[in-house]
Amino acid sequence: MKSVILKTASDYLLPLLLLFSVFILLRGHYLPGGGFVGGLIASIAFILYAFSNGLAKTKTLLRMHPGFLMPVGLMMALLSGLAPLFITGQPFMTGLWFPDPAPVIGMIGSALFFDIGVYLVVVGVSLTIIFTISENA
Amino acid sequence: MTQHLILLPIVNQLLVAVLLMFFYGKVKTQRVLSVAGSVLNLIIAGLVLQRVASHGFLTLQAGNWQAPFGITFIADHFAALMVLLTAISGLAVSFFSTKTIHVKRVKFGFFPIFHFLLSGLNGAFLTGDIFNLYVWFEVMIISSFVLLTLGARKQQLEGAVKYFTLNLLASVIFLTAIGVLYGITGTLNMADLALKVPQVENRGLVHVTAILFFIGFGIKSAVFPLYFWLPASYHTPPAAVSAIFGGLLTKVGVYALVRMFTLIFTDDLFLQRMILGVAVMTIFSGALGALVKNDMRKIFSYLIICHIGFMIGGLGMMTETALVGAVFYLIHDIVVKTNLFMVAGMVKKVTGKQDTRVMGGLYSTHPLIALLAAVPLFSLVGFPPLSGFWPKLELFRAALTDGFYTTFAFLLFGSFITLFVVAKMWKRVFWGEIITPLKQGFTLFDDETPQRKLMFLLPIVFLACVSLYIGLGANHVWQLSQTIAGELMDPQPYIEAVFETLNSAEYEN
Repeated sequence: MKSVILKTASDYLLPLLLLFSVFILLRGHYLPGGGFVGGLIASIAFILYAFSNGLAKTKTLLRMHPGFLMPVGLMMALLSGLAPLFITGQPFMTGLWFPDPAPVIGMIGSALFFDIGVYLVVVGVSLTIIFTISENA
Repeated sequence: MTQHLILLPIVNQLLVAVLLMFFYGKVKTQRVLSVAGSVLNLIIAGLVLQRVASHGFLTLQAGNWQAPFGITFIADHFAALMVLLTAISGLAVSFFSTKTIHVKRVKFGFFPIFHFLLSGLNGAFLTGDIFNLYVWFEVMIISSFVLLTLGARKQQLEGAVKYFTLNLLASVIFLTAIGVLYGITGTLNMADLALKVPQVENRGLVHVTAILFFIGFGIKSAVFPLYFWLPASYHTPPAAVSAIFGGLLTKVGVYALVRMFTLIFTDDLFLQRMILGVAVMTIFSGALGALVKNDMRKIFSYLIICHIGFMIGGLGMMTETALVGAVFYLIHDIVVKTNLFMVAGMVKKVTGKQDTRVMGGLYSTHPLIALLAAVPLFSLVGFPPLSGFWPKLELFRAALTDGFYTTFAFLLFGSFITLFVVAKMWKRVFWGEIITPLKQGFTLFDDETPQRKLMFLLPIVFLACVSLYIGLGANHVWQLSQTIAGELMDPQPYIEAVFETLNSAEYEN
């Protein structure tokens, strides 16, 4: 799509939307949000960029095939579930938390890493689907 | 660490699946990794069963949320045994797929999906929470749908549409039933449900819920009258896929039915009679279907339905002997059906055909393969002392001692039709004139190197040995089945095991 307005806007929207997706991801534990929605917003950012700048440019921007994010995210989620087994000997998926909140991010715990895993999987899946469709179209 | 052992079968399969995704497109690595993961899983499953046998039930409260509120995982003998059988079939099929699944399908992620399917199966067996059971069923359905359509031939897609529509419908009914059950009892934990459902005063509502569950699981395990998705789809994917489907997927439905109707909806004559009626019709319609089909895998598909009726019938009779028979049949059936679909794939590899009418003479050209195929085929019929004989004996005994004469007649009918169908198939495929194999775009068995030939036969030999063990070492399996039937008849220890962790679950650092 060749539109100057969209092209200019998407250059600014990409970092903005990515930042917003991280914000949504971080507030997700007790408030509405989380890895799934955050991941969707992040992939929207890239899809918007692909609309205005083309698929090839978006792929160079990403540097890797989005499909690679799927196993990375899954592994992260799985390991964060397994972490309590090795650290405290508690059952699978028990939430482990650092006692003090970190600045900006807030409380850090195994649930956050699980959510980051979900975030990566969602970005990987949705971008793979959209890229495959637009390549074949 | 001991209580964590219960989750290892699930976690191991997930881990293998994720690792395989890292090697997306690398065919050789994936094959090695898949077989290695399956071997590891077999060891873990063996450890779980051994642990359950020596130390009693294993329970784990996921996330350290206590029993009625969190998700409980529990391994009694039944669950542990099913996990072991999954591991055995999984290993054989994983090995079989390394040689029979086309490179193109492997490149589209056959192996990761296969291991996701197995982790779904293990999860469904080990969970003690009914909503979690639903989630594992979803994991299985989605993986099985991918496996069924991978390759996207027209015939596959046609089968997949029927398969997916009905299974999705079953999931919706299952989910509705869970919703109603939660509405009337306020809990989803199966042990807690076992305590609370008998106290519900509105028995009509309980009956409706039970029937909803029966329909949901019934569709998934292909009982009468909603079985037609099975023969429409199971003969379309590659042999390895139909082997795992035929061996395990419908049996999860049976497992879930047995759990539900021995733990939660118990002591209800109406429900038992209904199950028995459906079982009888399932045996009848499956047997008739198998009589008229000629495609080898279609015959086996109808025989699956017929034999699901045997197990559901054992559940419907609801005596300890009948449950021993049903559980023993389940053990025998998983191994034999997995093997039979691999044999069908093998026969296709040798002859290039699937239609039994145009085959012949395999016994004189490939006597060893014929001998190998004879083990699962005649185990299926139940020639003594092969594995099918003992559970049938037990089921007949149960039906006769408690006066279920109609059921007995149908069980006998199902057995005789199975015998007839298998004899007919044996005559057509293995005896008769030698017919030249048909070239069909893949290397025929005779043109392969000896080493590759051996690789094709190895998983079939492995499962044949397992079913020989079930037949010849029937005493062990019978004792195990009896332990399981005892546990199913008296769910009190199961309930106590789930709630006992409530008190001793002080996982202090």
